Amino acid sequence: MSRKPYMRKLPTWWWLSQRRYTIYMIRELTCIFIGAYAVLIVIGLLRLSHGRAEYDAFLDALQSPFGMVFHLLALLFALVHTVTWFGVTPKAMPLWLGERRVPDAAIIMAHYAGWIVVSAAVVFLARVQ
Amino acid sequence: MSEATVALEVLRYRPETDEKPTFQAYTVPYRDDWVVLDALNHIKDNIDRTLSYRWSCHMAVCGSCGVMINGEPKLSCHAFLRDYYPGKLRVEPLTNFPIERDLVIVMDDFMEKLDSVKPYLIAKEDRPLSAGEHLQSPAQLEAFRPYTMCINCVLCYAACPQYGLGPDFVGPAALALAHRYNLDSRDAGRDERQEVAASNEGIWECTFVGACSQVCPKSVDPAAAIQQTKIASTADWYKALLPPWGKR
Amino acid sequence: MFSAFVTPVMIFITGIAVPLGLLSEGALAYDRILALAQNPIGKLTLFVVVFLPLWHAAHRLRMTLHDLGVPDARAAMFACYGMATLCSILAGVSLLRI
Repeated sequence: MSRKPYMRKLPTWWWLSQRRYTIYMIRELTCIFIGAYAVLIVIGLLRLSHGRAEYDAFLDALQSPFGMVFHLLALLFALVHTVTWFGVTPKAMPLWLGERRVPDAAIIMAHYAGWIVVSAAVVFLARVQ
Repeated sequence: MSEATVALEVLRYRPETDEKPTFQAYTVPYRDDWVVLDALNHIKDNIDRTLSYRWSCHMAVCGSCGVMINGEPKLSCHAFLRDYYPGKLRVEPLTNFPIERDLVIVMDDFMEKLDSVKPYLIAKEDRPLSAGEHLQSPAQLEAFRPYTMCINCVLCYAACPQYGLGPDFVGPAALALAHRYNLDSRDAGRDERQEVAASNEGIWECTFVGACSQVCPKSVDPAAAIQQTKIASTADWYKALLPPWGKR
Repeated sequence: MFSAFVTPVMIFITGIAVPLGLLSEGALAYDRILALAQNPIGKLTLFVVVFLPLWHAAHRLRMTLHDLGVPDARAAMFACYGMATLCSILAGVSLLRI
């Protein structure tokens, strides 16, 4: 009896075939906005180094309709990024307190607490004294 | 009185005659305590003796009967007809593996990968019998116990898109097994396993899709094992940068 | 990790709070931000604030291109990490010039 194993290939659009894969892909695509925003800040630093006129023009562009739409989208995706990241952290970093495992929920809540503290601190520092 | 029935569509493949797999429809009696394996056995016993599939324990401990049911990797002995009835069941061999015949897949690649992670205790030095047994506290056992529960059913490989996209990937079960030994307090072989586990085809191929842990019938959580190994390997890398350079 | 904690609030500040005037006037003003960038700790902070998210995004984008079926792995690598390198250099040079 001769063998002839048959290999099925993963379809190109495999990530659309099941909800769990689509959610994964959305999670991964959030990185595009994280990257885009970082690039935006790099441009800002570039403009800053070129002097007042260019920097002020940059600030104006931030406040243009396009700028605001970009920021809203970026914020949405950044939030998805944060929420999904916090959700999986307990898997990657199990913590032990003596003999018992720290519950996942506790680790996640601690992250959210830290996030609120950091965000509040940044907003506070951003305020003109 | 006519019996309740349920329809199955099973992917058939006969290497001696078929160019490619095709679906064949069967109608089996519906019993609310039957699992898909019971339906397959009914087909083989009463309708079509040529149907080939693997099974053994019928109680989700041997890992033999993995199949795709409506696109989801499941143990056929662990999937109840009542959860699908009255809908149709589409039964296919596990994805990402070559089909040998009908629902039987070629598992050689997996077996090699399992072997490659050195899935056995590696002692720091030889221990004479007079040293007595290893002592291990309940906490030390709990650290790696979930990762011992793997039954090698390879549902995780079927669920993993990275394995589908790149069959060089060592894969969830093998990496979870490596982690099981790395975490065992009796073991000193982490460095030896790193060569395979921490390679590009090892943990770094994983993008934490997490499907493996979702389909695992024994809650092994291979995704967690891989992420933990990533962190440990990265820490090693940084430590190697500190003096004494090169040593861990 | 870093981008999970810091990026949302930064986007909020540069994109929503300041344009809508929720923060005090001049929060992002030239003189203020210039002073921040001239301070050595400020310089380092600004660099870190772009460097970490850039490389995190570059790496994930490279893996995602693989997931999406882009066949040439090396091209994806060069595109993603190349972009991150370029932007890191731009950031570094800008900050050093200030």
